[in-house]
Amino acid sequence: MAKRIGVFVCHCGKNIGDTVDCAAVAEALRKVPGVVHSIDYRFVCSAPGQQLIAEAVAEHDLDGVVVGACSPHMHERTFRSTVEDAGLNPYMLEVANIREHCSWVHHDRDLATLKAVELVRMMVEKTLRNRPLERIRVPMTKRALVIGGGIAGIQAALDIAAADREVILLERSPSIGGHMSQLSETFPTLDCSQCILTPRMVEVAKHPRITLLTWSELEKLEGYIGNFTTTIRKRTRYVDAEKCTGCGLCQEKCPGRMPNPFEAGLGDLDGPWKSVGDVVRGAHTKAINVPFPQAVPSTPVLHPEYCLKFQKGTCGVCAKVCPTDAIDYEQQDELLEFEVGAVVVATGYDLYSIGRQPEDSPYEGYGEYGYGADPDIIDSLQFERLVSSSGPTNGILKRPSDDREPRTVAFLQCIGSRCPEKGLEYCSKICCMYTAKHTMLYKHAVHDGRAVVFYMDVRAGGKRYDEFHRRAVEQDDALYLRGRVSRIYRRDDKLILQGADTLSGERLEVPVDLVVTATAMLPQADSRELAQTLGVSYDRYGFYVEAHPKLRPVETNTAGIHLAGACQGPMDIPEAVAQGSAAAAKALALFAFDELEREPVVASINEVSCIGCWDCLNACPYEAITRKDLHDRRGELLSRVAEVNPGLCQGCGLCSAVCRSNSAQLAGFNDLQLHAELQAL
Amino acid sequence: MKIGYYPGCTSQGTSREFEKSSRLVLDILGVELVEVPEWICCGASPGHQHSKLLSASLNVYNLARASELGLPVMTTCAMCYHRLAYVNDLRHSEPELYAQAERAAEVTYDGGARVMHLLELLAELGPEKLREPLQKPLDGLKAACYYGCLLTRPPRFATAGGDAEEPRAMDEVLAAVGAEPVEWTHRTECCGASFTFSREDVVERLSGKVLEAARYAGADCVVVSCPMCQLNLDIHQRGASRALELEKRLKMPVVFLTELLGLAYGIKSKELELNRHFTSTRELVKRLG
Repeated sequence: MAKRIGVFVCHCGKNIGDTVDCAAVAEALRKVPGVVHSIDYRFVCSAPGQQLIAEAVAEHDLDGVVVGACSPHMHERTFRSTVEDAGLNPYMLEVANIREHCSWVHHDRDLATLKAVELVRMMVEKTLRNRPLERIRVPMTKRALVIGGGIAGIQAALDIAAADREVILLERSPSIGGHMSQLSETFPTLDCSQCILTPRMVEVAKHPRITLLTWSELEKLEGYIGNFTTTIRKRTRYVDAEKCTGCGLCQEKCPGRMPNPFEAGLGDLDGPWKSVGDVVRGAHTKAINVPFPQAVPSTPVLHPEYCLKFQKGTCGVCAKVCPTDAIDYEQQDELLEFEVGAVVVATGYDLYSIGRQPEDSPYEGYGEYGYGADPDIIDSLQFERLVSSSGPTNGILKRPSDDREPRTVAFLQCIGSRCPEKGLEYCSKICCMYTAKHTMLYKHAVHDGRAVVFYMDVRAGGKRYDEFHRRAVEQDDALYLRGRVSRIYRRDDKLILQGADTLSGERLEVPVDLVVTATAMLPQADSRELAQTLGVSYDRYGFYVEAHPKLRPVETNTAGIHLAGACQGPMDIPEAVAQGSAAAAKALALFAFDELEREPVVASINEVSCIGCWDCLNACPYEAITRKDLHDRRGELLSRVAEVNPGLCQGCGLCSAVCRSNSAQLAGFNDLQLHAELQAL
Repeated sequence: MKIGYYPGCTSQGTSREFEKSSRLVLDILGVELVEVPEWICCGASPGHQHSKLLSASLNVYNLARASELGLPVMTTCAMCYHRLAYVNDLRHSEPELYAQAERAAEVTYDGGARVMHLLELLAELGPEKLREPLQKPLDGLKAACYYGCLLTRPPRFATAGGDAEEPRAMDEVLAAVGAEPVEWTHRTECCGASFTFSREDVVERLSGKVLEAARYAGADCVVVSCPMCQLNLDIHQRGASRALELEKRLKMPVVFLTELLGLAYGIKSKELELNRHFTSTRELVKRLG
């Protein structure tokens, strides 16, 4: 136990000093038993401030230090390393928060000073009962799991593999590439999306350090940083990937048809089988298919719900024509297990739909647009496919209802986004840019056509972004109208848009041929379930929450699990790539060491007093507590008690709070310390 | 089946035929109307434009009296419905104003009276029940059901029409008695009622668009459940045709839902006072009668 405490009261410039009389606090603390040195200083966190602490430790032979300053979230680490350098155990230092908990929230100087004295004295009492703690060391498995094979996940996997570490890249659709592979061109350079993406996809497939698992889902993730065990369900493709050469003969001969999910729902527009026109027909594929020509891997997937063999027991053409006998109707799902040390979550986004929402949905559909039932009201991903040279019409722009070239196209921004009435308050951030791009792509396809944009604000912040938007207006003649469309209805072969131009104050009625809605970006529909499997937090929309919005943007609050890309909020390609690299850097930083040091603030159980009620086991949110049998020397069972796995324990203290026999204690926050703090009040 | 009834002023005047046909139809359907004792003005249009407190107080009083009956309270007028439903909502959305209104009206009201529009009542009776007294099915009648604003907006409390953007309550009632409701585009577009006295040109343009859309959809008539809609669409057809420069003048009968139900139940058109409308309903009656 500590006997000789030093106290340092920080002014934090005016932050604390204006409201709290720091000199008086230091003076008052001098009289507290156990305190042998107490001073105030303008910035204790500064180099000279830290020097003061180091010198005092030596001069006064301190064995504990209390700093009255800002929140321990800020500088606890700083001060702990200061005292460690001075030869003390770092856990013999405590920070009393007299800024956020005192000076910032009070006005009365006398009362605030009094409160600061109390706060610092509480910490002194605690520190008197502190014991030196040793950091925990855990082994590190130097292999990463990347969940999601979109551009963010691809970037993370490639960067980790580039440092010669193993990566498991998990993707649930048949091919990697994500939404980026569906795009036609990208802003602000108008370079072909697939042309810049597919080399990366090939690199992933060829990299010796990357294990690629597509058409696979995460079943389980257990363990803790450095020591995760993951179970992955590799769904059956009904195709032996070892034998398949990707020749495509099965797909060519297959008589079964299905809407191709890769075409963003265009194949569903008129009901799956009423494929009336080129667009809808082109958006269909075969029951055994590779979703798009550059797919990685090129192994097809057989979809039994559309396959004649599975539905009617007939056909079997694919097996007959396959030159390498790769078709296997008996193939089953496989469960694979991997040990990994770090995880990167890059599950990406989905689009909000203006259609009728399910009963339990927190969102509203757009009844004023007829819930999007008209086939000529499409979303932006569908428009990307319509103008993509690999799309259902090979890039010849036709509208879904009658295959005619649309002479006028309306682009509606902020559909769902920034619309509390529909349940979504945020800005989806990328729509202003891709809408500008859409108007250009349209103009380049239909030279004498007219693109009309309804917008709320144009948000084109980014390198060369606003210039790009201006180009759409000035060179490609897009008509930007500031206002929203309040209703869309069909009259003959036109869609009539009712709206307003809020700059001229006029009501508008605009007849157009095609409507493209820039719908809000949402996280994947099952993002919450995955979050629960992984143990990471999510916001009200289901986006994953970073550990700190500014300073820890790619980490989660669960150690070892990192985030990249649009699963944590709307973002564009450059940002998603940057995050992929950032998350890779975080994983690689972990892999730089054979062992990992962890904070020793973990719980432990007194096996003598534990009565085995399992309240702690039920309370623990991290599944860090297990049952343990105690045997006597002859091997007879004496009792069963709780046991804490220090690797999993996050030090939340819940077990300690629920323990009825006081057997669960949190290192650094045991009952003795906390009672002493309270009694000091 | 008994139900509380708040008549309101239009039922005594401009849309007398709406109340009359409603009473006849409900009688046939076995619904007995119990009038709210000593009901007073709902304060529509001028009242709530002038003062929220006035509007709230009047209807807190009306509903307090209605709750004495221990029955849901029904009204035929869409505006009355809107004002009464508004007060029930006010209890949660603006409790302070609500309490003020209770003091002003010198009553206490616990929000216990369910407010429903005639349309809701009919919809809740269900197609089976509506078909029971059927004598002359409205076979093949192409009806454009027009909901306007008061039965659908704001969706928080005005829910009589169904989905705020794509209401279908009237369509379902009419389909039950053999009509063929048309799919059309202007079910909830504004008819301009608020400008009836001040800006007739606006009303003509707005009403005209609604009527033209109904005609385009191939409707034989426009069917409404709101006295304001009926009046606006009915009296402005000549002006609207001029304002919109239509080649063919609008001559679209605008009838109340209960008038069509009445015809289907074998009530004489004279009794239903179908001859009170400005745009002739003669051909319609001839076809259905």
